[in-house]
Amino acid sequence: MPDQLLYGIEAAVNGLMAGVLYALVALGFVLIFKSSGIFNYAQGVFALFSALTLVGIMEGQVPFAHLINSIFGTEVHHFGWHVPAVLAIAFTVLVMVGLAILVERYILRHLVNQPDIILFMATIGLAYFMEGFGDLMWGSDIKTLDIGIPQGGSFWIEENTAWLGGEGFYGFFIDRLDIVAACVAAVLVVGLTLFSQYTKQGRALRAVADDHQAALSVGISLRFIWVLVWSIAGVVALVAGIMWGSKSGVQFSLSLIALKALPVLMLGGFTSIPGAIVGGLIIGMGEKLFEFAIGAPFLGGATENWFAYVLALLFLVFRPQGLFGEKIIERV
Amino acid sequence: MKRLKIASLALAGMMASAPVMADLVIPDLSYRTGPYAAGGIPFSDGYQDYFAMLNARDGGIGGEEVRLIECETGYNTEKGVECYEATKGEGALVYQPLSTGITYQLIPKATADGIPLHTMGYGRTSAANGAVFRNVFNYPANYWDGASVIVNHLLNENGGSLDGKTLALIYHNSAYGKEPIRTLEELSKKHGFSLTTIAVDHPGQEQKSQWLQIRRERPDFVVMWGWGVMNQVAVQEAANIRFPMENFYGNWWAGAEHDVTPAGAAAEGYKSLNMNRIDPDLPVFADIKTHVHDAGNAAGDGSNVGSVLYTRGMYAAMLAAEAIKTAQEMHGESDITPAMMRDGMEALKVSAATMEGWGAPAIGPEFDVSCADHGGSGMGIVQQWNAGDGKWVALTDYIESDAEVIDALVVEDSEAFAAENGIEAGCN
Repeated sequence: MPDQLLYGIEAAVNGLMAGVLYALVALGFVLIFKSSGIFNYAQGVFALFSALTLVGIMEGQVPFAHLINSIFGTEVHHFGWHVPAVLAIAFTVLVMVGLAILVERYILRHLVNQPDIILFMATIGLAYFMEGFGDLMWGSDIKTLDIGIPQGGSFWIEENTAWLGGEGFYGFFIDRLDIVAACVAAVLVVGLTLFSQYTKQGRALRAVADDHQAALSVGISLRFIWVLVWSIAGVVALVAGIMWGSKSGVQFSLSLIALKALPVLMLGGFTSIPGAIVGGLIIGMGEKLFEFAIGAPFLGGATENWFAYVLALLFLVFRPQGLFGEKIIERV
Repeated sequence: MKRLKIASLALAGMMASAPVMADLVIPDLSYRTGPYAAGGIPFSDGYQDYFAMLNARDGGIGGEEVRLIECETGYNTEKGVECYEATKGEGALVYQPLSTGITYQLIPKATADGIPLHTMGYGRTSAANGAVFRNVFNYPANYWDGASVIVNHLLNENGGSLDGKTLALIYHNSAYGKEPIRTLEELSKKHGFSLTTIAVDHPGQEQKSQWLQIRRERPDFVVMWGWGVMNQVAVQEAANIRFPMENFYGNWWAGAEHDVTPAGAAAEGYKSLNMNRIDPDLPVFADIKTHVHDAGNAAGDGSNVGSVLYTRGMYAAMLAAEAIKTAQEMHGESDITPAMMRDGMEALKVSAATMEGWGAPAIGPEFDVSCADHGGSGMGIVQQWNAGDGKWVALTDYIESDAEVIDALVVEDSEAFAAENGIEAGCN
């Protein structure tokens, strides 16, 4: 096969892998929007906050150390212990559940029956508050996140695919972290599907997603469902935070990964979990192939950010509800 | 209501009768929050701690206390301009905008207000021509110098020839990131290497396409003009594709500790420029510890002392303090104005003895500023990351840039700016 074609395939495969990472972020948005109709602007900040908390717990960092030291004149920064990654992840999940309870208790509960735009604005406020709170709690420095996920191109794949091309082809490059992310995303989607199909809480969640009033009338607690779904979104944010944070270190720009999820949501629909995954894959592959074939050679490169939105808009023209979104039917 | 009126009148009276504070006002346009905070915090800490140390140890500069006004920009251009507008009325002597975007917005404003800007190793490169940019100073080096220093270093490493070699520039797709392109194009013609430019969109969290391109094209050297998360991701991606790290060079804004630590051992051997020497044993650090940190007046938590960007912030403060001293001597007045400060900056002379006096021997190159040259020596060093020790190690002494190429570009660009803006270039 010609080397250029092989490199095109490599760009497509890497695009699919990147798409999985975008989908991980988009999943959190979908879960919350599906159950409560809220577009959670703070989802990216949730990923940042969860990753900050994970590293903080792993490294034994004293939360609010700067504040404590300023007030009491102390010099405490670390507890002096290191928590194993699995345990730290478990603690972080608890923190995210606690956060979900606080969000329900102090924000959502007071905004029931308010227009969607008010809820959206509330999540904008939540995002900025969480960013500042995370800064105050864990500091602004860049933190190294290493929970043992392998990184770097897979030698095995490179060596076993190099024969496909000529001398100018070095085998397919696939990052091992992306492979792990794809596996984790698959487990997450299967887990979420099983949860929503076969558990009582999952069925309640679906009932709320279908019709709030009807769900309330059969005794489903809207508050519990909101806590549940914001907790799950928090866990999904943690997974996204781990994957992205392992690449770049945990830093405040991590919250900007939400921008990568928006075209995915536009394309896949705001209410579909499979839509988030398929949307992520299409956006990831589309932007990488465009950059490879047209962006870099003819347009000076750096086309991925805007091309993802072009792709999403193209889909919207033909399916305004997104690829997997619920069809909008208005009866008069 | 009556009480409120009386209180207001009393307050107004107090304000009216308050003595004018005779101090040296230095605004610090910092960014301690947001995506770029990791770079902004250590620089600001170094900048503030040095002035605080001068106040505590020497009673300020020339008998005048330095009053530092910190204003948070979040590395956001609009906020940076707001900070400028909010602080200039305080009698600000010099601004260090710490952002190329903010610098571009402030050049016309500061020029109109007669307040000097010090854009150290960033901002508008052709501001090195003081005959056009009378209020802007970018010593000790600018972006074009940086690009040229890397090429000169590569020439030294490759027996004086880069003929037939390939160099890829991976850059932040912004005015800042595009700065070295012109210089590298000129240098590629001069030295016979081929240049590929690869853009990375803000913020640079995702760079797979760019590094796959580098993997396909296999350039001999990669040069990076990055900032923020782009740096950390690029170092990790370079390691992922097993690009030889010793052939990967960042500029001086891509060479701090936090740019390499997230990649762990994989960052071993990565090289970057620096415009100043880093040495945790500089005597000035002991003074900062005694007079500032031990007194509980540190700008930050004290953890950044001696780091690359802390040292650079401190070096910036040293240059500002020296310019204040020069201005005080020139005008025979300790309470100087921004116009006097500008004169002091233009007459600045930094010698080995000067730096010794700062308690920071050889922290930077020796240079003299003049009207014709606001850019300083243009020299830089190449440093390499030692992941095992977690330290940057200087590989070279100060390397000169290619004045023949850079000066011509500076003249061309600054004259075009002068023509566009109706500025009559001159040094009188």
